[in-house]
Amino acid sequence: MPRHLLNPMDFSVEELDKLMDLAGDIERNPDKYAHACDRKTLATCFYEPSTRTRLSFEGAMYHLGGHVIGFASADSSSASKGESVSDTIRIISCYADICAMRHPKEGAPLVASLKSRIPVINAGDGGHQHPTQTLTDLLTIRSLKGHLDNITIGLCGDLKFGRTVHSLIEALSRYENVRFVLISPPELRVPGYITEMLDHKNLQYREMQNLEEAIPTLDILYMTRVQRERFFNEDDYIRMKDFYILTKEKMKLAREDMLVLHPLPRVNEISVEVDDDPRAVYFRQAQYGMYIRMALILTLLGLEVQ
Amino acid sequence: MLNISGLENGVVLDHIPAGMSMELYKYLNLDKFDCQVAIIKNADSQKMGKKDIIKISGGLDQINLDAIGFLDKNITVNIITNGKVSEKKRLHLPKKLTNVIRCKNPRCISSIEQELPQIFFLSDPKEAVYRCMYCEERYTKNDK
Repeated sequence: MPRHLLNPMDFSVEELDKLMDLAGDIERNPDKYAHACDRKTLATCFYEPSTRTRLSFEGAMYHLGGHVIGFASADSSSASKGESVSDTIRIISCYADICAMRHPKEGAPLVASLKSRIPVINAGDGGHQHPTQTLTDLLTIRSLKGHLDNITIGLCGDLKFGRTVHSLIEALSRYENVRFVLISPPELRVPGYITEMLDHKNLQYREMQNLEEAIPTLDILYMTRVQRERFFNEDDYIRMKDFYILTKEKMKLAREDMLVLHPLPRVNEISVEVDDDPRAVYFRQAQYGMYIRMALILTLLGLEVQ
Repeated sequence: MLNISGLENGVVLDHIPAGMSMELYKYLNLDKFDCQVAIIKNADSQKMGKKDIIKISGGLDQINLDAIGFLDKNITVNIITNGKVSEKKRLHLPKKLTNVIRCKNPRCISSIEQELPQIFFLSDPKEAVYRCMYCEERYTKNDK
């Protein structure tokens, strides 16, 4: 049975540590891994548009010396003819060694994994999970802060539909003494299953609306975009999209060593003037995203480089 | 008192809360059975005041006990063999529900994938909260 990554919790804390160690080694010694995936093929099955995640997967595979096949939207796949996810993955299993799947329907990669002969990586399923973004976020925090425990993290913006937020909270909930500050308008609060999980684990969290009030207490500020595609109603989207904008002024309230992360793409929730602040690390975060995906591909394929 | 003839072989679902029998009929897909089914509504009960009873001729293998346990684990399931109660089944809140309830999340893959079973897992036994295996959407009895 192939191993899959569907949820950030699929890997134990120890396995995540090993994965991040491997990503760190790839960052320091890229040449060592340049032919690690010779004659291996990654299928990128993207049923909804993505630039960063898809190119990050493709870049990761090319940097490992492998090949990439796939499609970038449902229109250019057999899904437009009504083919099920179960059937598609059976076909992909014949052509590729590993598959990264993004799908607007929640649980689609899980359904694929049930019929797949090759490892399936969930590259984002609707508003549900986005585990490789979580691995990226964890690697960024660990690389730049030096640890994942004993931190106060503020998550700001769309906490209802923001799948990166759900995955990150679940992943960080396994580390010691992590405190969550959940900053959102009432309409975009985190779903019940997340707060249920935090309550169940007896973890510290606060739900707030005011970013300025929260920012001085944070080690990490994780900003998110209000996603137009998650709203059924355009009026609701317009009302929510300008709720939080991080500016130079607001950054003055933050600690000197606070880091600003963002899964990107951003629209206007972080003012461009913040980009030059050394605490703004969202572009470096995208770089870490490729390293962690390289480490993930190697790990799921069971390849070791001496 | 209305008399319904006794069962020779089959299942009697007793202590159904009054008024719930038609809901149970639907959840058990009894309309699709070709055996005899008797529904008794508002029968007198010492324990409950009023109760419903369903009598089904035929084997237990046709009955989804998980569906009954999900609706009300206090319902009594009596197996009748040769006209006598041969076994009483004790019900519990099932850990997994397959094709008993449907996910209401329009973004769930189960809303479009062909012939995908609707699977839910019990996530909070105290509050009887179930979650869809695919999208983790919450479901309780009140969401029926």
